[in-house]
Amino acid sequence: MNGIKGMMLGGAMGMALAGAALAQEETIKVGVLHSLSGTMAISETTLKDTMLMLIEEQNAKGGLLGKQLEAVVVDPASDWPLFAEKARELLTVSNVDVMFGCWTSVSRKSVLPVIEELNGLLFYPVQYEGEESSKNVFYTGAAPNQQAIPATDYFLEELGVEKFALLGTDYVYPRTTNNILESYLISKGIPKEDIFVNYTPFGHSDWSKIVADVVALGADGKKVGVISTINGDANIGFYKELAAAGVSADEIPVVAFSVGEEELSGLDTSNLVGHLAAWNYFQSADTPENAAFIEKWKAFAGPERVTNDPMEAHVIGFNMWVQAVEKAGTTDVDAVREAMYGLEVPNLTGGIAKMLPNHHLTKPVLIGEIRADGQFDIISQTEPVPGDAWTDFLPESAVLESDWAELDCGMYNTETKTCVQIKSNY
Amino acid sequence: MIRPPLFLPQGVMRQILLSLATALLLALPGLAQAQATATDILNENRALIEKPTRAKIAPVIEALATSGDPVAATVLAAWAEKGLGLRKADGAFFLIEAGADGWILRDLSGTDAGTAARADVVELRPNAGVRGLIATALVQFTLSDPDPARRADALTSIARDPEEAHLEPLRASLATETDPALRAQKERLERLLTLRFDPDSAARVAAIQGFGADLGLDLRGALNPLLATSRIAYAGDVPEGVNLARNIVPGTDLSEVEAYDLLVAAGMAPARLTVEEARAALLANITDGAVAGIPVAELGTQAARDRAYTALEVAGAVPAAATDAEVAAAIAAHRFAEVYEEPDPLVTSAARTALDAITVKVGAMQAADLALDAISLASIYFLAAIGLAITFGVMRVINMAHGEFIMMGAYTGYVVQLFVTNYTLSILIALPLAFAVTFAAGVAMERLVIRHLYKRPLETLLATFGISIALQQIAKNIFGTQARPLTAPGWLDGALTFNDVVSISYIRIAIFVLAMVFLLFFLWLMKRTRLGLEVRAVTQNPSMAASMGINPDRINMLTFGLGSGIAGIAGVAIGLFAKVTSELGSDYIVQSFMTVVVGGVGNIWGTLAGAALIGALQKGIEWLNPSNTLAAQTYMILFIILFIQFRPRGIIALKGRAAGD
Amino acid sequence: MTRQTFVERSFLARNPSVLWFILILAVFTLGVTVLSEAYGLAFISTSFVKTLGKTLCLCLVALAMDLIWGYAGILSLGHMAFFALGGYMLGMWLMYARTEEIVVAALAQGGLPATPEEISQGIAVQIFGVVGASEFPPIWYFAHSFWAQMALVVLVPGGLALAFGWLAFRSRVTGVYLSILTQAMTLALALYLFQNDSGLRGNNGLSGLQNLPGLGDVSQDDLSIWFFWASALALGLGYVLLAWLVSGKFGSVIRAIRDDEQRVRFLGYSVEGYKLFVFTLTAVIAAIAGALYYPQAGIINPAELAPIASIYLAVWVAIGGRGRLYGAVIGAAFVSLLSSWFTGGRAPSIPLGFYTINWVDWWLVLLGLSFVAVTLFAPKGIGGLFDLWQGRMAPDRKGAQLGPEDGSLQEKEALK
Repeated sequence: MNGIKGMMLGGAMGMALAGAALAQEETIKVGVLHSLSGTMAISETTLKDTMLMLIEEQNAKGGLLGKQLEAVVVDPASDWPLFAEKARELLTVSNVDVMFGCWTSVSRKSVLPVIEELNGLLFYPVQYEGEESSKNVFYTGAAPNQQAIPATDYFLEELGVEKFALLGTDYVYPRTTNNILESYLISKGIPKEDIFVNYTPFGHSDWSKIVADVVALGADGKKVGVISTINGDANIGFYKELAAAGVSADEIPVVAFSVGEEELSGLDTSNLVGHLAAWNYFQSADTPENAAFIEKWKAFAGPERVTNDPMEAHVIGFNMWVQAVEKAGTTDVDAVREAMYGLEVPNLTGGIAKMLPNHHLTKPVLIGEIRADGQFDIISQTEPVPGDAWTDFLPESAVLESDWAELDCGMYNTETKTCVQIKSNY
Repeated sequence: MIRPPLFLPQGVMRQILLSLATALLLALPGLAQAQATATDILNENRALIEKPTRAKIAPVIEALATSGDPVAATVLAAWAEKGLGLRKADGAFFLIEAGADGWILRDLSGTDAGTAARADVVELRPNAGVRGLIATALVQFTLSDPDPARRADALTSIARDPEEAHLEPLRASLATETDPALRAQKERLERLLTLRFDPDSAARVAAIQGFGADLGLDLRGALNPLLATSRIAYAGDVPEGVNLARNIVPGTDLSEVEAYDLLVAAGMAPARLTVEEARAALLANITDGAVAGIPVAELGTQAARDRAYTALEVAGAVPAAATDAEVAAAIAAHRFAEVYEEPDPLVTSAARTALDAITVKVGAMQAADLALDAISLASIYFLAAIGLAITFGVMRVINMAHGEFIMMGAYTGYVVQLFVTNYTLSILIALPLAFAVTFAAGVAMERLVIRHLYKRPLETLLATFGISIALQQIAKNIFGTQARPLTAPGWLDGALTFNDVVSISYIRIAIFVLAMVFLLFFLWLMKRTRLGLEVRAVTQNPSMAASMGINPDRINMLTFGLGSGIAGIAGVAIGLFAKVTSELGSDYIVQSFMTVVVGGVGNIWGTLAGAALIGALQKGIEWLNPSNTLAAQTYMILFIILFIQFRPRGIIALKGRAAGD
Repeated sequence: MTRQTFVERSFLARNPSVLWFILILAVFTLGVTVLSEAYGLAFISTSFVKTLGKTLCLCLVALAMDLIWGYAGILSLGHMAFFALGGYMLGMWLMYARTEEIVVAALAQGGLPATPEEISQGIAVQIFGVVGASEFPPIWYFAHSFWAQMALVVLVPGGLALAFGWLAFRSRVTGVYLSILTQAMTLALALYLFQNDSGLRGNNGLSGLQNLPGLGDVSQDDLSIWFFWASALALGLGYVLLAWLVSGKFGSVIRAIRDDEQRVRFLGYSVEGYKLFVFTLTAVIAAIAGALYYPQAGIINPAELAPIASIYLAVWVAIGGRGRLYGAVIGAAFVSLLSSWFTGGRAPSIPLGFYTINWVDWWLVLLGLSFVAVTLFAPKGIGGLFDLWQGRMAPDRKGAQLGPEDGSLQEKEALK
């Protein structure tokens, strides 16, 4: 019974898949691999809509290479193994020419072996922990040196912070980022005992003890600052407890790497005014490009929608891909990849994003202070910083370099002058 | 004429500041004229003011503060509060204020200067570091300001960035202070500054001793820097005249590696050879496929590489690296000591005595704070579990959708706040409404599903799980996956602070009170009302109860509805202190069942004991391992699993007939 | 029929369903092979072969769940934890060996032959660099050895089940208490693995498991069908083993324990021993299923052993029909494939005019409610349809229940 049923189902699904492959027309297919259900849906659905808007806009301009673009949207449902399965489906069954997708690091790691095996092309739009370089992925979000390090510099130089509390949710991005920050701070002369590290589970809600611990750090007369890589819902409890304990931004400033306009909408921000966030984009950025983008987005998705940093990354990534395809005259992955290096596209916050041979972008770093209305005041904006795949602040990574244009290697050891590996470590 | 003595100190202060400023101004070409007006200073440093950094802006602020221009203080204050603007057209500075459509401008002296479109004026937004500098500079103007609020601001600013220069003006302003609270604050601040900056060591010691075992964070913040030490290696004995904290012995106080690293860092010994360096040296000395006669193919072990390196050393091809014996000799030849950075031994010993006394007290207070946290967590667990104590504890119905009832209560609170914007009123409406909503949901569930499954407990578990999955997804479909705000009324903001160590937020106190109210309510209901009597009768023997004229169906329905309703109220409380998401319930469901099971089924005191045990345990483990909260939760559950193995019926086990099976 | 003939008849004759099952499984395997990209008409895509292979593994773990719940009456909410543990144990070797190949190749370019320390250090940096560590935790001690890790696939989950079961059954924790306790165990394990300090790469888990060490040149088209065969073989063997177990005296005893534990104890059987054996055996079967599942999925992380996964397992078995082995297989295959169909965005939305039912959003609601419906109205699940077909109705016992569990298949001896 099981067999028959399974076969019938299998046959039906197989046919549906094969049918999709046969129906391939003269369009360029763009795969969109973002969760539309499950825990990540809230963040990733926005990115899917962004992609649809960009593709629609490009088609209105006459498409690409004389062909129309066609979006192939799949739903990996916030389920990490499903990301690999859907990526394989996109590449082998739908035969997409490029994919835009993923949010969490673990979903990216799940997809990596598949796209390296099948030589696909993925644009990954979210700030991440670095320590990775794949031939088949362009990282359009921030590497640690484009978000975490400048924010820490701001703490050290502008706020004069001498003692750090690194609070994070227990997963790979905070772990790696905090590791990098710890060595960076030690290299800046902050003694190890002045760095307090704490990890909490996803969705943690009982923050009283941790906030008390942070306040107690001030006992030796040094200025304390909190660097928060706390993710998602847990921020709400954290900021509520911070406000309840009467910790003002002037006494203990908090800079967050995962808190944007979206997250603040779950909170009453009047008690949080002055706390900080570091991103490469804020909706409040005051440039004509940004104003035009926000207007287009609201017209496409609805007037109440906000814009955020990964959306900008997708805009830049998509525009670059379009340019590269035009330059290469084909959508062939290797040709497009070669054409990508050195391309330049304007940022929404001003300045130019340039694609580097290590598959990262140059990005300006913005630091914003939370306002009472849940938006950010941009108080600092750097010149574009080139993204670094392998951090310079961990001994194992400092000797590594990624250069897919000249060296054709994502993990090149500059000390031994050898390529450690061509495929990435996943 | 002799000046009234009252003003003398102020004059002295001015003079000191002025001379300081002059020194600074001479160093800064753009500010060469000491008596420039505020406008001039702003104009000359326009670029810097537009994008200020803490490192560079200090002289400008100093110049403004000491310009003597009467508007300087206003300008500084406006600048710090994002009230200073720059007209793009001509680069003129204005005091700005957001108007209906654009900015309302006033010139620096405060006279009206019309309005401007929003895009024509740049609003200057100094960062927090620059604002701190401005506040420090403003201290001199505001310490004796007629407005007490501004005086308080000045004190906060001094407390945040204490400087030696503040000591004199602070002492001077003490005499004129009329507000008793501010006066006490000023006196405390004066002593804190004295113990750090006063040139007279006797005065410093007196100031330290004057505090006793005070718990203030500011006092510890002032004392600890006095006791900062650094580790120093000496070739011979520790010289006279250094303020020695203690001698340290390699091997006991610090590891040999650390000791040698100290020597290397001080340039008193050669560095040790790292594996990478050895490897590089070998690579550089490969001749004819061999290193010092050892074939390269054999260098696949560390021992062989060491042999090859030693051979190279002997041949003089590579520099000699420190061997273990040399390291040991170097360590033995040196003395190591921790030395105070503060040169005055009288001060350091007084600070040490004071701090030791404080540390003991702080330890006790931290224990008290931890206990408060534990009680608070226990009351949250208790509140989440009390509904279960009724449905599971009394009726023995496993309701896995209990967590979703908590969630429904929290969302009810959120929805009420959408319509009722007064937070106090909305909470007062939300509490009974949440009870009503979840009571109805509970009754519906009991009638439609659970009633049919009383004989099949395992299937109740699974069926209610199905409901739980469905309810959670429905909540996601309606409200989205993002957390929704549920804001506590203003009077629950903040915390009850006993001292700088022990404090607890009002919202947690409210939850504790709510939990106690429900405990009393439960006891009253079960022991003092007819309903409670009937519930107990039906639980113990339904058919006997039925023959006594009790309607078991009705009682079961009411009891289940009651348990669910309490879960709804718990949801409002939990939503207030944490977050409202569709997964709120599943965060608490396992812990709630644990609470009931650990405490002992069927006894409210058991549930209380279970909640207390779990709360205390979790905080205890967190205290032992402060850097990993996840570990605390893991070990807590492990402990509970083991606990149940040895006391399967929980802390307070029912005996006799009430125990049922 | 007399008791004599009952004993004499062969195992297969007594259980014709086993033959049917093996036959259908064989035809199915053959069919998929013929239609696959690697060895046939390329009618079924490789990703769908992987889905089918994974489904077979889920069927195997559902079999284990059926034995412990449907036959022994212990509702364990921890078997997906054993399943995932099995995956972790094999995944450790896969990651280690694959990384070792890369590291050795990289170090070989370095001029000097690599020392064992350098190789081990290199592997550790590669595997743990991503979670900010560079040293092997002690639990990776055996990771270099395929056979040791294969043994651990069985030993670790088996050992955990043995220890947990011994403690729980010894203190006579039964019924819903045991369910909650197993759920707590799963939660504790998941939380533990979520920690980066646990040494299994925390939230990231082990990834790239589909690339087998030493087989870098073999395409995934081939590998997917190999794993499909292995999964089908494991399912077939597991089915025969369990069918043989439950058809003999052992089966009678565990069913008796399900129906009335006290009486079995008074009859002199070691109830705890039987329970412990069943608990451990099913944990081991779950672990083997997991070890086959995760190389096909490609990644394993702690989310896989969230308590909800074990509940879904119970849901599959309940929908398929408890107390009959084929019921578990049908339930697992049916619900998991249906679930991936609904959540895959392929199910057509239903426009209601004022609102459109989007199955991505509403599938879980449907599943939850249908589960309630099955519990209330069709406790025998899909397997109950076979009873109708065979005309085997529940005995008329004048209103009294056969056992505490309505959903379990009624025994033959009770029929007449």
